[in-house]
Amino acid sequence: MILNKYLRPEVFPTPFCPGCGHGILLQAVLRAIDELSLDINKMVFVSGIGCAAWIPSPHFAADTLHTTHGRPIAFATGIKLFNPSLKVVVISGDGDISAIGGNHLIHAARRNLEITVICANNSIYGMTGGQVGPTTPMRAKTATTPQGNPEPSFDLCGLVRGAGASCIARATVHHTRELIKYIKKAFTHQGFSFIDVISPCFTQFGRRNKEISGASPAEMILNLKKLCVHVKSSDELFTFKQNDKILIGEFVK
Amino acid sequence: MQQFLQGNEACALGAIQAGCRFYAGYPITPSSEIMEKMAEELPKVDGVFVQMEDEIASIGAVIGAAWAGAKAMTATSGPGLTLMLENIGYAIMTETPCVIVDVQRAGPSTGQATKPASSDIMQVRWGASGDYEIIALSPWSVTEMYEMTIQAFNFAETYRIPVFLLADEVLGHLRESTRLHQNIPIIQRPEKTDLPPFGNYADNCATPMPLFGQGRKLSVTGSTHDEWGYRLTQSPSAQARLINRLCNKIRQDLDKISLFETYFLEEDTEILVIAYGFTARGAFTAVKTASQKEAKIGFIRLKTLWPFPEKIFSNLPKAISKIVVPEMNQGQVVREIQRFTNCQVIPYNKTDGTVISAKEILEKVNDIK
Amino acid sequence: MNKWFSIIINDNFCKGCAICVEICPKDVLAMSKDANPSGYLLAQVIEPQKCIGCMECELHCPDLAIEVISLKDATISTRK
Ligand code: SF4
Ligand code: SF4
Ligand code: SF4
Repeated sequence: MILNKYLRPEVFPTPFCPGCGHGILLQAVLRAIDELSLDINKMVFVSGIGCAAWIPSPHFAADTLHTTHGRPIAFATGIKLFNPSLKVVVISGDGDISAIGGNHLIHAARRNLEITVICANNSIYGMTGGQVGPTTPMRAKTATTPQGNPEPSFDLCGLVRGAGASCIARATVHHTRELIKYIKKAFTHQGFSFIDVISPCFTQFGRRNKEISGASPAEMILNLKKLCVHVKSSDELFTFKQNDKILIGEFVK
Repeated sequence: MQQFLQGNEACALGAIQAGCRFYAGYPITPSSEIMEKMAEELPKVDGVFVQMEDEIASIGAVIGAAWAGAKAMTATSGPGLTLMLENIGYAIMTETPCVIVDVQRAGPSTGQATKPASSDIMQVRWGASGDYEIIALSPWSVTEMYEMTIQAFNFAETYRIPVFLLADEVLGHLRESTRLHQNIPIIQRPEKTDLPPFGNYADNCATPMPLFGQGRKLSVTGSTHDEWGYRLTQSPSAQARLINRLCNKIRQDLDKISLFETYFLEEDTEILVIAYGFTARGAFTAVKTASQKEAKIGFIRLKTLWPFPEKIFSNLPKAISKIVVPEMNQGQVVREIQRFTNCQVIPYNKTDGTVISAKEILEKVNDIK
Repeated sequence: MNKWFSIIINDNFCKGCAICVEICPKDVLAMSKDANPSGYLLAQVIEPQKCIGCMECELHCPDLAIEVISLKDATISTRK
């Protein structure tokens, strides 16, 4: 397989549940690297804690820094500032990046630090057993909102836009070709780039919310097609609202 | 080179001299002058300075920079240190060399930001989760703010561990005439190493610090791991082996790390004063005065607080029956002393945000005589 | 002219999630009744001649367990 050269074969199969979106994102990142012919020895992958943090660590045969919960962007800041010749990529989950680590996200965007942040957004805390997160849709059932989530959720693209990010996109692991395209754009962007990647977790989210997710991991992935609406311009994202739909596309070019 | 310098400035100059080329920090009284001096000095030596969004991010950036090849440092005070502790635990686990300066102030919480204390001794020892050994140094002069900062970097590089410099508000802001020695040996990081990145288990020690961007495909994790960085979160033997080595790499070198100085100690000394940091200045003066008046009294100054210099007690004069321990806290180092001696240990504690004077210590000594 | 493709499934990596089966537009794949040593039912190729080489299965496999090879480039059997 063309991706083998970027992998540590001895750590496969992955520890992810069957049908976890994170594996699809894992290969999309490596395909973007391959298509751009980037030297992976000059890249550093930084992650926090959670299922998504295991996407690069230890699967990628590259320098990987598996840090503390919520802090990968802070560590990435030190790496990038001290050695700007390294391409620094943060891959972590939505809870890690937007809840406990939200402060680091907005400040890296404000600094326009030249790193790429890929948020593997499964809208729940997967590894710890399916608790509600800041990206969990309203009314969704989780281990800590058995009656349904009473709080509205974060729009992470809007958040980083407000903070000054210069390259923003949202994609899903169903729309893999677009996802790879956006990752490539982010990798070649000069400045802070952010990609919100909708990456389903059937184990913790799907099985509690079958009416929106479907009955299996495969259905949950295929359902994304119905759940998503493409937006053509960044203005559309912030003016156009469609209930319970996920807006995908590039928001700032 | 003789200069009239502030403690915090001397610390920053020591860092530059030691080869520190990255500083990330967040403002906090009474340490901010270190950050301000680094902001001024680092660009002159092609170093990188960044003011981060909080202390958590500051230590995170320091650790990141260390893996990118930097000798890196941050400075803070007690409340900021509390925020840093999780990532300091990460630095211990990943064997990341770095230096953390804590210019202590009166607490808990916001306490008295401009008043001195020595109340973070146990915070640096046990503040992070889990079991570990740590190195903490305690300067008593502006000159030592400079020299011990260099020493801290040298220990950090040798043992691949975060090293604390425990100053306090008075020392940080004290101005005195200082000699900045230019010829203190500096331990450099190797440019390249092919040894396993996480430890030599045969000798229970650290291996040289590798760095990112050299094609080594390093796997660095705060989870339990083997010498190549592979996570082993279910294996009892992997956990035991790693924690033992992380502790033993320090414990087996106590002679080199746990430093102290003795003054006026004679065969017939009956009373011993043990002090550290700024308090040691008053203690030294008090003991000197008393010994000139024929009192059988001696003084030991702790330069290293962690690992505690237990060697002190292996050959103390037999006549010593009482040990006085003045501290700007409710009794932190005194408990360590009690663990190692059968002498009567008498604490003298002060937590009103003022320093302990020579006069107070002398009175205490006269009281117990 | 009909272009031919070979689909390789890595039995050790496959976790039987059926994403490839569901996403294939030409019903080339199906779930088998054979389990791998980890107990996962494997995906299998049932109608290779129908494959159009769209790569959807490979791009969506979370376990990097399926690979589509154009036989123009290489000749490889269907099962590793
Ligand atoms: S819990 Fe959810 S996110 Fe974690 S591996 Fe399983 S499916 Fe993926
Ligand atoms: S998508 Fe991959 S893991 Fe899932 S059934 Fe197909 S080959 Fe197996
Ligand atoms: S390449 Fe396309 S047609 Fe062929 S098996 Fe895969 S999904 Fe089906």
